[in-house]
Amino acid sequence: MTSKQKRKLTEALFLLPTLLAFVMVIIIPFIYGIYYSFTNWQGTGAATAWVGLDNYKAIFQEPAFLHSFLVTLLFTVLNVISVNVVAFVISLLVTSEIRGRNVYRAGFFVPNLIGGIVLGLVWQFIFSNILPQIGTAIGSKLLSKSLISNKDTVMATMVIVNTWQYAGYIMLIYVASIQGISKSVLEAAEVDGATYWKRITRIQIPLMANAFTISLFLTLTNSFKMYDVNVALTNGGPTAVFMRKPVQASELLALNIYQTAFKYNNMAQGQAKAVIFFVVLTIFSIIQVSYNKSKEIEA
Amino acid sequence: MAKQAVVIERMAGSKPHKGRKIALEIVTLLLFILFMMPFLIVVLNSMRTNAEIINEPVGLPQNVGQLWTNISDVWNNPNFNFLSALKDSVIITVLSLAVISIFSSMAAWVLVRNKTKWSRFLFMMYVAAMVIPFQVVMFPLITWFKTVGDFIHIPLLRSYQGIIFAYLGFGEAMSIFIFHGFIKGVPLELEEAADIDGCSRAGTFFRIVLPLIQPVFVTVLVLNGLWIWNDYLLPLLLLGSSGTIRTIPLAVQGFNGAYVKQWNLIMVSTLLAMLPIIILYLFAQKYIVQGMVDGSIK
Repeated sequence: MTSKQKRKLTEALFLLPTLLAFVMVIIIPFIYGIYYSFTNWQGTGAATAWVGLDNYKAIFQEPAFLHSFLVTLLFTVLNVISVNVVAFVISLLVTSEIRGRNVYRAGFFVPNLIGGIVLGLVWQFIFSNILPQIGTAIGSKLLSKSLISNKDTVMATMVIVNTWQYAGYIMLIYVASIQGISKSVLEAAEVDGATYWKRITRIQIPLMANAFTISLFLTLTNSFKMYDVNVALTNGGPTAVFMRKPVQASELLALNIYQTAFKYNNMAQGQAKAVIFFVVLTIFSIIQVSYNKSKEIEA
Repeated sequence: MAKQAVVIERMAGSKPHKGRKIALEIVTLLLFILFMMPFLIVVLNSMRTNAEIINEPVGLPQNVGQLWTNISDVWNNPNFNFLSALKDSVIITVLSLAVISIFSSMAAWVLVRNKTKWSRFLFMMYVAAMVIPFQVVMFPLITWFKTVGDFIHIPLLRSYQGIIFAYLGFGEAMSIFIFHGFIKGVPLELEEAADIDGCSRAGTFFRIVLPLIQPVFVTVLVLNGLWIWNDYLLPLLLLGSSGTIRTIPLAVQGFNGAYVKQWNLIMVSTLLAMLPIIILYLFAQKYIVQGMVDGSIK
């Protein structure tokens, strides 16, 4: 074997493990997944027949799915706003001249270390036991019952928990960005008589544009894919009425996809929903990439 | 001149600054206490009996010793089996991280140094695959793993090797992307010198390149580590909720479903589930924060 052949062989062997895992775990299941969404696949070895667009037609007439889609969009919008506002405010606080900045930075990030299942359970306890007692004590009608079992407030609980979990992470991105702003710019503005508020809105925020883009898309995809907090906190409940049919008030898409397949044993329709889920996320990504491209040209 | 002006302005403005500083400190402290409240609630309610919690959800523990009673109840509970779950979570996370970081860095290096259309195509494919959500492959993955497992006589469902292989597949695209970006900036001269000295291609990677790209390993390990440690859906699908191998999130959820809301014991189970990662954070805080920030910006 010549040294050139040997080199080629080594390089091929270097690529092999990741390529093998990629094909076996992503590519083949992905192709099967698209194919199954056009069949009556049952998840078992049973024969599958081509049914064309039937699954897609069925899911778009299903109130539970349409409701889930709308609720997921609602959750995504509210959550993106909530996480980013809270994270931005905290990032301003922990980069100001206060004492113990570093302890705060490290502390606010802690909820992000813990998984959604565990956090969801902790908050379920807070919403269904702690808050009702406080609500009763202060005579608040809204708080005296569990916010989770109220169909009008259940989405707010999801946003609160996810904001608590995720804001510390987004805060780190904003802190890194604020630290990248040169001190002399801010000092010059101070000398020129710019108020604290003006320095933030006119100088810091415009200079943090990049961090805002990153954070917005991170929270966008994270919210849209939300699953484990949903399972542990509300498990989709309570029941609500949509298009005159009972639906699950807080069932986000990822949970709806799972339940379709395993609770209602409809693998093919679950798969069709997953394909729609994929298409929406791909659209998000295309918007993100083209947005970033256009900004690169500006810069 | 400008500097002097700043100093003068600072001296002149020191009084309102001080007031603002105190206000900011109070706001931050209150917000921080609010953020830490759920943890306090977990700890306090882990020290109470279920009757205490039902009678009065908001209350302080009567007897701190109750914590040990609760812990031993949960610890030995067959529905939770904390030590076994901890062991499974550690095995799966550590081995997955090992294969993801080694294999992804090897692949990324070859993809950077080989400027052929094939390596460009492969890299583009990995980047494109990052948008594929888990949901769209999860159902076929189960049947496919079953088929392949039966065929090669190595089970891929309900086994360590299956889930670690799956984590490699799901984690490698982003990891290759991160390594790729870093290796592009590593000068080629060192590798050429090693080549001339008769170092093999593999030797060049493991002796020259690997030590140079160490900083980016932190990013890859932290991003993948937090995700794998806390992941619920993939273990649920590949290991099952009642299998012999159970990660911590599976154990917590299983324990929660097994009881009619014994909140004190559920709180202890969440406390135990949180402890390992919080202890790790106390020691490796700098690296974890660094890794998360670098990973998001890349």
